[in-house]
Amino acid sequence: MPSGEVHTLIVPKILEGTVIDHIPAGKALEILKVLGISGQEGLRIAVLMNVESKKLGKKDIIKIEKKKLTVDEVNVIALIAPTATINIIENFIVVEKFKARVPDVVENIIKCPNPTCITNKDREPLKSRFRTISREPLLLQCDYCGVIVTRDDIPRLIRR
Amino acid sequence: MSAKFMFRDIISILDFTREDLETLFEFADRFIKINEKLEILKGKIVALAFFEPSTRTRLSFEVAAKKLGADVISIVGEEASSIAKGESFADTIRMLDSYSDLIVVRHRFEGAAKYAAEIAEKPVINAGDGRQHHPTQAMIDLYTIKKLFGEIDGLTYAVLGDLRYGRAATSFIYGLTLYKPKKVYLVSPPQLRIRDEVRRELIDRGLVFEEKNSILEVIEEIDVLYVTRIQKERFPDPVEYEKVRGSYIVTLGMLMKGKPHLKVLHPLPKVDEIDYSVDNSKYAAYFYQAKLGIPIRMALLSLVLGAG
Repeated sequence: MPSGEVHTLIVPKILEGTVIDHIPAGKALEILKVLGISGQEGLRIAVLMNVESKKLGKKDIIKIEKKKLTVDEVNVIALIAPTATINIIENFIVVEKFKARVPDVVENIIKCPNPTCITNKDREPLKSRFRTISREPLLLQCDYCGVIVTRDDIPRLIRR
Repeated sequence: MSAKFMFRDIISILDFTREDLETLFEFADRFIKINEKLEILKGKIVALAFFEPSTRTRLSFEVAAKKLGADVISIVGEEASSIAKGESFADTIRMLDSYSDLIVVRHRFEGAAKYAAEIAEKPVINAGDGRQHHPTQAMIDLYTIKKLFGEIDGLTYAVLGDLRYGRAATSFIYGLTLYKPKKVYLVSPPQLRIRDEVRRELIDRGLVFEEKNSILEVIEEIDVLYVTRIQKERFPDPVEYEKVRGSYIVTLGMLMKGKPHLKVLHPLPKVDEIDYSVDNSKYAAYFYQAKLGIPIRMALLSLVLGAG
């Protein structure tokens, strides 16, 4: 079977929604996690993992029907997948395309790894807040306790 | 000049410039000789919220506030208050915010003072948040050096002890970045070196520093030795603690190898990290340093509450 047919078969176009492309291979599930998508929402989602990519060798792709990601949600993706590109689809056509970029302030997305940071104190109505002090390599600094986290730390610190 | 301090939260020494500190020191100079009770803060209420044990810091804030004519309300220890019943820190701060004109807070969690400052409308002074900041101690330390040497620039410093978890040592080192010391030696066992974020900050701010294992390597070079306690509980293995302990005890014999004008500072309380024989020697500056806690905190309270 020609490979083009395989791709057509497993990556159908969507009418409207979001396609997150060029995700580093194996990171798709972590991205769904940071976006707070569990599958219980009823959205039709295609998750493709370890497919061929000209740019990356192998990559993951996520297609989410009927959900257009907000700028904040796109930024969050950058924490895990710096290479990701986000396509917003309407009527099968890409109407917006942008690259993920880590925001200057990352609020309430990852928890601070320091157990005695005030953001980890029980019963406090307080959101975690990190400032981006470097994008390459990615370094985020807790605004409360000063602890620095790297990209490798992020998957285990995701709150959702 | 004093407008820079008015109604400002005091969270980290890094929020200040050396000019700010000069203003504070000039103000402290005025209070240093005054013994009678003043009325500068008459009608003001200072809240002391100490969720963690403290003797010197709490008492010196209380004395400073009272000497300025303010009234003082206190929370001491979590057990003594509603926090033991499960009240959040945020709610406690909100209550103090409505009862007082300024809140001094100490807490074992890093970032607690910053969080309190976000909640409270009134100014918040950080009297120690976990291992992170102790800005008023750093102000006292720098003021002490200024009083002893006439300047803070150009001197060689060694900071000895627990540099990883000790907030006083960290704040003092941060404070030195506002000046131009000749060199700062950071002397500790390898497992108690400064944290990564602190190292990054020091490099960013251009501090000339070097990490050492033993004070004996640098004793002849230094003008100021800042000592902090190494706590046994920081070592998972008590044998390891016993091994390093001896090399971090400051003795008179050790100091006599140094410069004649060498001064030893310590944020106190000290336990056994400085031999008693040092207490009455020309090297000991820590009791004088503790004494300067009052004029510095008087200066700070009056500047923050706009009585400058």
